[in-house]
Amino acid sequence: MALFAKVLVANRGAVAARVLRALDSLGIPSVAAYSEADRDAPWLELAGQSVHVGGAPARESYLNQDALLAAARDTGADALHPGYGFLSENAAFATRVQEAGVTFIGPSPRWIDAMGHKTRARELAMREGLPVGRGSGVLPADRDAVLKAAADIGYPILVKPAAGGGGIGMLPARTPDELVAAVERAASMAERGFASREVYLERLVERPRHVEIQLVGDKHGHVAHVFERDCSVQRRHQKIIEEAPAPRIDRARMDALLGQVAGTLGRLGYDNLGTVEMLLAPDGEFRFLEMNTRLQVEHGVTEEVTGIDLVAAQLRSSAGLPLQEILPEAPEIRGHAVQARVYAEDPVRFLPSPGKLAEFAPPHGADVRVETGYAAGREVTPHYDPLLAKVIARGATRGEAIDRLVAALGEFRIAGLKHNIPALVRILESEEFRAGEVHTALATDVVRRAAQTV
Amino acid sequence: MAAIEVKSVVTGSVWKIVASVGQNLAPGDEIMILESMKMEIPVIVDDGGVLKEIKVAEGVAVSEGQVLAVIEE
Repeated sequence: MALFAKVLVANRGAVAARVLRALDSLGIPSVAAYSEADRDAPWLELAGQSVHVGGAPARESYLNQDALLAAARDTGADALHPGYGFLSENAAFATRVQEAGVTFIGPSPRWIDAMGHKTRARELAMREGLPVGRGSGVLPADRDAVLKAAADIGYPILVKPAAGGGGIGMLPARTPDELVAAVERAASMAERGFASREVYLERLVERPRHVEIQLVGDKHGHVAHVFERDCSVQRRHQKIIEEAPAPRIDRARMDALLGQVAGTLGRLGYDNLGTVEMLLAPDGEFRFLEMNTRLQVEHGVTEEVTGIDLVAAQLRSSAGLPLQEILPEAPEIRGHAVQARVYAEDPVRFLPSPGKLAEFAPPHGADVRVETGYAAGREVTPHYDPLLAKVIARGATRGEAIDRLVAALGEFRIAGLKHNIPALVRILESEEFRAGEVHTALATDVVRRAAQTV
Repeated sequence: MAAIEVKSVVTGSVWKIVASVGQNLAPGDEIMILESMKMEIPVIVDDGGVLKEIKVAEGVAVSEGQVLAVIEE
């Protein structure tokens, strides 16, 4: 018997395609929700049926809770997959889905809520003995109190939205004057992006690495880890190159942290797929950053080195299967995988570049995997995120995986808009990246260097 | 008195207009904030001057290269 009678995919693009493929492989009937802008989109062909949920702006469609709930009811779906972004970490929506008698593919709403609020998540991590860096609680309105909190933490400081994610609304401050301006601007961005003006402070770690831990939990109190990913290469606090396993970290030390984190979340009863993000400071210390209670954009690199289908694992967990049936064998790492995110954006200034894909021919190959929601002739609209495709390459070694990724990106034919492939190749071919000396400023360093030598 | 056209660097929409006509702007001041693909892009004055005209309204779609405002040096 299939895990579900029918699953509504409440998302678009590459992740919708990915989830629809997983549903198909498990023999679960599917229905894809689509907006006006995504009429006739390529991934809709992978769905058993599709349902129009509203206009092109996301608030009218992929963020439109009423329309998505009505779509689930009208199509007879008994489960809803939120993908990532949009409503994937919205506890109120998850609650409404559950109350409608539909399974929300993700953790229980109390977990989305607990981890969605960043200062509460930090407090939880601290209580449970995970390493956490210096920071504040939610900032009060009083300016003197803000300055005092900052002085206690020490400059430089990062102002972050408490209800945030995805790197949106994070602003650095190196002086009290900068801090006052940054708090005001971050609060305004937070209100707009996350409907909450709450912001807090974290000590800004310069040139850290970003290492995250993939967890798989069941509804019966068990959590296992599926190793780590390094996602240090970022622009605007958003990841562009990810890999598994993380390079240049002592394996025994990493394994100890993986065990500690999985043990902690298991004891607390985390009940689905999730990712704990950690910063690795240049001083060698790990610090808890946040936990994402959903499928990650970069889940594919973990799948490529472990052979585990994480979307299938997530569906099995949501259906209530125990961990030993979700992950029948102990996960093992074989080889190395690197992913590059191909974005519709200027490769130097990283500005968005919507347009029509006059040409769009992704690379092929035995050790290359491409996740995309686009095809030649499709319009890339300003309404959504600029991700065109994820290209993942696998190799026996890290060097081999990088070589194959560079070759694959070289074969990718895209015309009609600006894209970041030239920047991705420069980064992948840089000495630092080749050596595994990754950090969050690497992408901007490499691109700036290239601009100066032209 | 040279009139300078301020053009959009992206295709997207106007989220918020920050400056008003007649205002004296210094280099680095913000005229408006555009939005495209989930990103906010501030429209910044390169050289100072008086804001003579704003050619768009909040919420409207703009394309790359479109004139958004006119400044007189």
